[in-house]
Amino acid sequence: MSAENAVEAVQLTRLFGDFTAVDQVGFEIPRGEIFGLLGPNGAGKTTTIRMLCGILKPTSGEARVMGFDVARQAEDVKQRIGYMSQKFALYNDLTVYENLDFYANLYGVKRETFKPRLAELIDMAGLRGHEKQRTADLSGAWRQRLALACAIVHEPPMLFLDEPTAGVDPISRREFWEMIYTLAGQGVSVLATTHYMDEAEFCNVIGMMYNARLIALNDPDSLKEAMEGVLLEVDCDQPGAAEPVLQALPEVTDVAAHGVSLHVLVEVETAEHAIRQALVQNGIDPRRIERVLPSLEDVFVSLVDKENRLRLRAEIE
Amino acid sequence: MGQGFRRMATIVRKEWLHIIRDPRTLALVIVMPVLMLILLGYAVANDVEDLPLAVADLSRTDASRTLLEKFSASGFYLVTHVAQSEDEILAMLDAGTVKAGIYIPEDFGRNISTGGVGTIQFYIDGSNPTVAQTAQLAAETVSQATSQQILIQRLERSGAGLTISLPIDTHILYLYNPDMRRMNFMIPGLVAVILQVQTLLLTAFAIVREREQGTFEQLIVTPVRSWELILGKILPFVLVAFLNVAMTVGAGAFLFGVKVAGSIALLAGLSLVFLLSSLGLGVLISTISRTQMQAMYMASFIMIPSFILAGLLFPRENMPWLAYYSGYLLPVTYFLEVVRGIILKGADFFVLWNWIWPMAVFSIVVFFASVMMFHKRL
Repeated sequence: MSAENAVEAVQLTRLFGDFTAVDQVGFEIPRGEIFGLLGPNGAGKTTTIRMLCGILKPTSGEARVMGFDVARQAEDVKQRIGYMSQKFALYNDLTVYENLDFYANLYGVKRETFKPRLAELIDMAGLRGHEKQRTADLSGAWRQRLALACAIVHEPPMLFLDEPTAGVDPISRREFWEMIYTLAGQGVSVLATTHYMDEAEFCNVIGMMYNARLIALNDPDSLKEAMEGVLLEVDCDQPGAAEPVLQALPEVTDVAAHGVSLHVLVEVETAEHAIRQALVQNGIDPRRIERVLPSLEDVFVSLVDKENRLRLRAEIE
Repeated sequence: MGQGFRRMATIVRKEWLHIIRDPRTLALVIVMPVLMLILLGYAVANDVEDLPLAVADLSRTDASRTLLEKFSASGFYLVTHVAQSEDEILAMLDAGTVKAGIYIPEDFGRNISTGGVGTIQFYIDGSNPTVAQTAQLAAETVSQATSQQILIQRLERSGAGLTISLPIDTHILYLYNPDMRRMNFMIPGLVAVILQVQTLLLTAFAIVREREQGTFEQLIVTPVRSWELILGKILPFVLVAFLNVAMTVGAGAFLFGVKVAGSIALLAGLSLVFLLSSLGLGVLISTISRTQMQAMYMASFIMIPSFILAGLLFPRENMPWLAYYSGYLLPVTYFLEVVRGIILKGADFFVLWNWIWPMAVFSIVVFFASVMMFHKRL
């Protein structure tokens, strides 16, 4: 165990009956870094977070958070982490201040620092003047910030955020990430799950999960560079008709809709010629074909595709 | 330890805020006991008194008037309608305006004064068997008493100056519930109902609601321990339960005149012991239910049979043996005996010991088993 890492997970696995929710997942989060866990619903992100927070026991494998084993030293882990669950678990019939007060007392915030700490959090969350408002009456963005304030009331060095921005408008999402950056700047390590690919760009390191497994782990730029093949953006008059045509070409690895255009993954750049030919033959006008840098979404789609092909091959064999 | 107490107190305070802010909970806490008391006290309690009676007195003699006076004086009947014929009485019974009717034929007075038999016709609405039975008994008693009086008068008259009294005079004395009033039976039962239903439901809901909202998951990641959480959750409901028992016993005394004959401290202490079983069952239900709806069904599943088997609604003595002995598996069966003993008979601890110890054993076992099964987990 390195003292430099806030989280170390090794072969973390969780079964629910016959179903494998998390399959041998391993990663490290250096202190002060923001780690993004990406993946579709049901990929195992929430189960991974719950194991790291000590809510669920791992079936096998192990994980250490802030130097403590999550299975055997869960109570030590709990003192040192903040956790914000998907649902913004606040008490709706309690006021803003009462929610903060409740968690501050549960975490044993010292009486001397109690009032200044709560005042600081209310300012951070932009809730000054709303202390006496019932939580039920708050908008989604405000509830989200209050939930964050409750999660960090005891100044934890490690913060787990499970889809913290679900159902929040884009401007509030950006403001929220600024708060996370500020915390990271103060040395707090963060693990956040999301399925917004633009948010993933904010992270120092990204882990991509699919079907209970971690299929990629790197920083955003390296992930993009490591993507196999060349990505072409194809603009044409009938993208719907073009997709099956391109999919059938031997040069093409994958086709995905991207706005009004298509993102076509090919093995070599010279495939552009074959694409143009095929489209014209089918009466489709290829207005523009050019090479583009892959986004994280492209990387994810391509990795998932590769994963599915490998699985299929394994099944056939 | 200091931190543990602080965490528990924090949960208690939060739970208290939930109770006073949620109109549904508050309604359950305040309205339910009062409603039950009023329902049982005024609507359900079918003590047979002042039954509306229709009278058709075609005889209009001293004898017939004496008989009718006896009916009125018995307290069971109140003459509300005067009819002229048998058909008129039957019409009133059909319409439900009276529950009973008495038809005295023209020759009634003449037959009696000539030493013969005066026949009367009595009608009873039998749709409620309990009422009808009591009404019939009352009618027979009144008629017999009047017959005896007439008989004595006849003998005295013929025997010239002779004073005659009946050979057997039975004195019946009801102990503990001298007026045989249903409320005396029901009020102690109500204490048990409130302690069981109220506490069980509130405790189960308080925990399941957090699961539904997702706040339970948040609590799991805090340093709060299972014991602190569970105690913090149930302590406010112990207070609520005591408040309700005080309300019920108080209302019973002031509104219905059912005074506590025994020690109030003993009643409170044993209520607390019984409360453990309700709290325990509430915790148990919350452990196995995911939603408040499930908890509700589960609670009815436990409560309804338990009230029937415990003898709250029907006397256990008349039950088939399986039902009778099943009652001994429920803490509420013992508690009913204890409460009735204290409130009606003024029984003390030693007299009730045979009921107290099984109740205590059951309650403590249920409580600890349930709390052990409850883990701070999803």
